[in-house]
Amino acid sequence: MKKYTNTGNKDTRSGFGAGLTELGQKNENVVALCADLIGSLKMDDFKKNHPERFFQIGIAEANMIGIAAGMTIGGKIPFTGTFANFSTGRVYDQIRQSVAYSDKNVKICASHAGLTLGEDGATHQILEDIGLMKMLPGMTVINTCDYNQTKAATLAIAEHHGPVYLRFGRPSVPNFTPENGTFEIGKAVVLNEGTDVTIIATGHLVWEALVAAEALEAKGISAEVINIHTIKPLDEEAILKSVAKTGCVVTAEEHNMLGGLGESVSRTLSLNNPAPQEYVAVKDSFGESGTPDQLMEKYQLNNQAIFAAAEKVITRK
Amino acid sequence: MKPNTQQLNDLTIQVRRDILRMVHAVNSGHPGGSLGCTEFLVALYQHLMDRKEGFDMNGSGEDLFFLSNGHISPVFYSVLARSGYFPVAELATFRLINSRLQGHPTTHEGLPGIRVASGSLGQGMSVAIGAALTKKLNGDNHIVYSLHGDGELQEGQIWEAAMYASAKKVDNYIATVDLNGKQIDGTTEEVLSLGDLRAKFEAFGWDVLEIKEGNNLEAIINGMTDAKSRTGKGKPVCVLLYTEMGNGVDFMMHTHAWHGKAPNDAQLESALAQNPETLGDY
Repeated sequence: MKKYTNTGNKDTRSGFGAGLTELGQKNENVVALCADLIGSLKMDDFKKNHPERFFQIGIAEANMIGIAAGMTIGGKIPFTGTFANFSTGRVYDQIRQSVAYSDKNVKICASHAGLTLGEDGATHQILEDIGLMKMLPGMTVINTCDYNQTKAATLAIAEHHGPVYLRFGRPSVPNFTPENGTFEIGKAVVLNEGTDVTIIATGHLVWEALVAAEALEAKGISAEVINIHTIKPLDEEAILKSVAKTGCVVTAEEHNMLGGLGESVSRTLSLNNPAPQEYVAVKDSFGESGTPDQLMEKYQLNNQAIFAAAEKVITRK
Repeated sequence: MKPNTQQLNDLTIQVRRDILRMVHAVNSGHPGGSLGCTEFLVALYQHLMDRKEGFDMNGSGEDLFFLSNGHISPVFYSVLARSGYFPVAELATFRLINSRLQGHPTTHEGLPGIRVASGSLGQGMSVAIGAALTKKLNGDNHIVYSLHGDGELQEGQIWEAAMYASAKKVDNYIATVDLNGKQIDGTTEEVLSLGDLRAKFEAFGWDVLEIKEGNNLEAIINGMTDAKSRTGKGKPVCVLLYTEMGNGVDFMMHTHAWHGKAPNDAQLESALAQNPETLGDY
């Protein structure tokens, strides 16, 4: 199978910070807003380089979303930054009315998504945000897999007109996608071609899917691995093409199985080409405190879980 | 050319007729607060705001207005139409299927004059602040206005925004509160007392002024001119506008009953008789 090299673990949020720093130099209409989490979101450089375009809102996320919506009137491109929980659930109605329904060009950038936030526990580990955001008409939903891709996505969404939810995380994870690679919104990336099973992963689970595919190969199972960085709009063509070949699918995401990538894939398949599917996702529960690795192990969101799901789904063909 | 007093009076009466006929036609909508804010919106759009011809979403080089209490859409639509943003005849489509005049204002159907959706309360002050910040970034010396219901101030986001506006010196912004003392379930005193609003906004660092006769065009123009003169001095400006819900229709005044209720045929006839046609019905 195709080999991918981890060039060194890095956090995806730093990819966002690097992308924002570059945007600050490239696009004078980009403004950044933060709700008292500059360090966590890696927005320090943008703040330092462009103090006039940086807005510290304080711990008032609803106000931040509203201000961002208003700032688009006159041509600014606001990037808001806070944890995923406070970027979505806390401000759902503000996003719904002032951003999505009003079609405002706001980029909601959300760090510390999912279980890998770790020790802070369930109050901060949102596992429902993809579902919340993908249900909003007109909202683009992106969940990037590593540092390089997060940086590329940050640059790409500034060029896209319309509301975007960009989801990334806290921990250092393998960085393996091309440096300064292009990012095409809504376009799946086939990382490895295979014939027996399709593994569709997003976010931190993409690397785990590659590890699982290697282990499957050692057992004589050929796995196709697809990185779905854009959950909405979903690249249905790529999914259908792959599943038409393999006949079964495993979806993997750091999210509740209700409302996430897996359900979007299920809908696509049920409407076009029903096929057996296994979900690697949180089984409708809250998270808890622990190290990221412990949590991903306990909630079965790692390469071993993907491997087991692949073996199982093949028997259901 | 700004309209003279007679023209403003005529327009005010015609807008009242529009409001009454719009809500009557679909037996729904919010006439009480609309009638209470008629003089204010007429004065704002016809005398106070520096507006460009036509409509551009970015609103650069002109004053902007945001209606935060979106349920008083009838008065907003009427004043927008009669200020030239869209055909007056379109008022007949209010709340009908496939209309641009949705129950609450929205940009979604592309109605000129609307810059953000409102209806879910408490969000308009934040949006107005954002627009004011962009004006500062763009070196645009125009003013941003917003209007809020008094009951709406029970929403927490208003106070997040109020804290921000003074702390960050958003001084190209005038927020007006429609103080009619009434909301759906009763008086604001009964539902959840707002306390001393002047003291609250002053404690939040705003420059506060009051317009005691909020249904008097001259008083509104004088008060808002004063408010404009206070912009650019380091503080956001709050106008407490004392209004009478249902103003101009005797049986709709001094009660909260007409907050969200349309008149029947006989009531419409009586209400229109109190407001004889001036500029022509839609």
